Amino acid sequence: MSLPEPVPSRVPPTDRPSRTPAPGVHLDGVGRRFGSGDTGVNALADISLTVAPGEFVCLVGASGCGKSTLLALVAGLDRPTVGTVEAGDGPVSMLFQEPALFPWLTVAANVELPLRLRGVGAVERRAVAADLLERVRLGGSGHKRPHELSGGMRQRVALARALAQDAGLLLMDEPFGALDAITRDLLHDELEQLWAERGFTVLFVTHNVREAARLGDRIVLLTSRPGRVAASYPVTLGRPRRIDSPEIADLAATVTDQLRSEVRRHAR
Amino acid sequence: MLDEAASLPAPAASAAPATRAADASGPGLDAELAGLDALDALGTRIGTRVPWPRRAWRATWPKLIAVGLILVIWEGAVRAHWKPFILQTPRTVAAQLGELLRTAVFWNEAWNTAQRALVGYALAVVIGTAVGTAVARIPMLRAGIGSLITGMQTMPSVLWFPLAYMVFGDSSSAIVLMMVLGAAPAVANGVISGIDQVPPLLVRAGRVLGARGWSLQRRVVLPAAVPTVLGGLKQAWAFAWHALMAGEFLIQVGGQVGLGGRADNALTQGYYATLVALMIVIVVIGIVVDMGFGRLDRAVRRRFGLLDTSRG
Repeated sequence: MSLPEPVPSRVPPTDRPSRTPAPGVHLDGVGRRFGSGDTGVNALADISLTVAPGEFVCLVGASGCGKSTLLALVAGLDRPTVGTVEAGDGPVSMLFQEPALFPWLTVAANVELPLRLRGVGAVERRAVAADLLERVRLGGSGHKRPHELSGGMRQRVALARALAQDAGLLLMDEPFGALDAITRDLLHDELEQLWAERGFTVLFVTHNVREAARLGDRIVLLTSRPGRVAASYPVTLGRPRRIDSPEIADLAATVTDQLRSEVRRHAR
Repeated sequence: MLDEAASLPAPAASAAPATRAADASGPGLDAELAGLDALDALGTRIGTRVPWPRRAWRATWPKLIAVGLILVIWEGAVRAHWKPFILQTPRTVAAQLGELLRTAVFWNEAWNTAQRALVGYALAVVIGTAVGTAVARIPMLRAGIGSLITGMQTMPSVLWFPLAYMVFGDSSSAIVLMMVLGAAPAVANGVISGIDQVPPLLVRAGRVLGARGWSLQRRVVLPAAVPTVLGGLKQAWAFAWHALMAGEFLIQVGGQVGLGGRADNALTQGYYATLVALMIVIVVIGIVVDMGFGRLDRAVRRRFGLLDTSRG
């Protein structure tokens, strides 16, 4: 396999403000089984995967590939049945398909919550939250309630809240799956810019192959039942990218073909 | 497979077509997102706001008609000589009510009742919340006393009288005990179902954000339970008020008669107009407190986005 010349895809590390250093992620022979005996289910089997610090990796797979289980393992919310998971010692932030904002708090208070939980003082909290909301272009919405915002705006608040954790590792579980295509494309741009600025490591789960090709440094294709790594595709296109470019379409077609052949194996 | 992916014309792509035009970067994205936000915001502002005098009138006139109807039936019953000497005309009762409201004794009694109401209800809320939180969190406790709480809630508050009387005798404490026994189970049940109904996603989000143990309960679980808990608090108030009136009616605390005790005196001394006037006072208090809970409930629901704000 001959890779083309690597393309510098983002800002070099020296240009970034100092933050929690981005950790790498190492999964070695990871398996996760739910239940026991004959009724048990192998959600993941023999997953070995290395994500470099600051890398943007997209996990793609059909239903039942254990993507959410994998993220829970990396986040430390769950433990593997076999194998080891390493994801640094620092905090890990996570975004879900739903923004999961707390409805009893204002938008600003939502963003402040992780800081409050870390014991950051009120003045600094307010300043950091205001900065982050400004950064996701919601500077004027801090006083509002989550229900007063659109879906895309809520997901940007969730993104700001995740950034407030100042984690080096961001896990995203189909974060844009519930948004309309126009909003989703804009949030791709937004996420890419934030990632380039801050240099965190991203593990991004999606059903949408084009989205994976649009965002990732690498696409990892998972099989279903149990989830295993089927293939890994480096994405060498320069950034910023357009989701409707022919290069993305070509790469997406390649990945989709492989994905479909994986899905066909389950037809019986 | 990997070779296919790698054989894409990547170097060429980095030049022109895959790269966005310069105007679509930073400030472009700014304007695009701002535009989308503005378009989305349009939908939330639609809805006509009715001016408050008209809203107040809309809420009031059906009540006036209902009260008028009751007065007509009442007056009719008196004129038909149904239960003569006992049933008084609305006019007599109204005069008696006016008389009552002008006496210091009445306000003293009302104050005694209010104090008991506050103490008893506050105790019921504190105890019910503690028990409810514990039962919701500890499976063994739930298995043990979960159904007992529901059972206690169905118990008529008057039936707590013998127990309260045995424990505290003729005292305010006995009345307060009746209130707590009557109302705390409702509070506890509200807290339990409130905690049970917290969306798991919010709990997960709280964990991911770094909330553990007590901070998870305080910052995520309990606030998320508030709308349901409020329903329990409202129900508990009704139970507490029942128990308070029954308790004051049954237990005469020397020198500290409340509204219920006054009703008992009026009955034994045959002051039927005073009795009915007191009943009116008690009903009005019930309505006012219920309206207070209604407002609180709406405020919380609006905050949580559970209310259609365009009808505000």
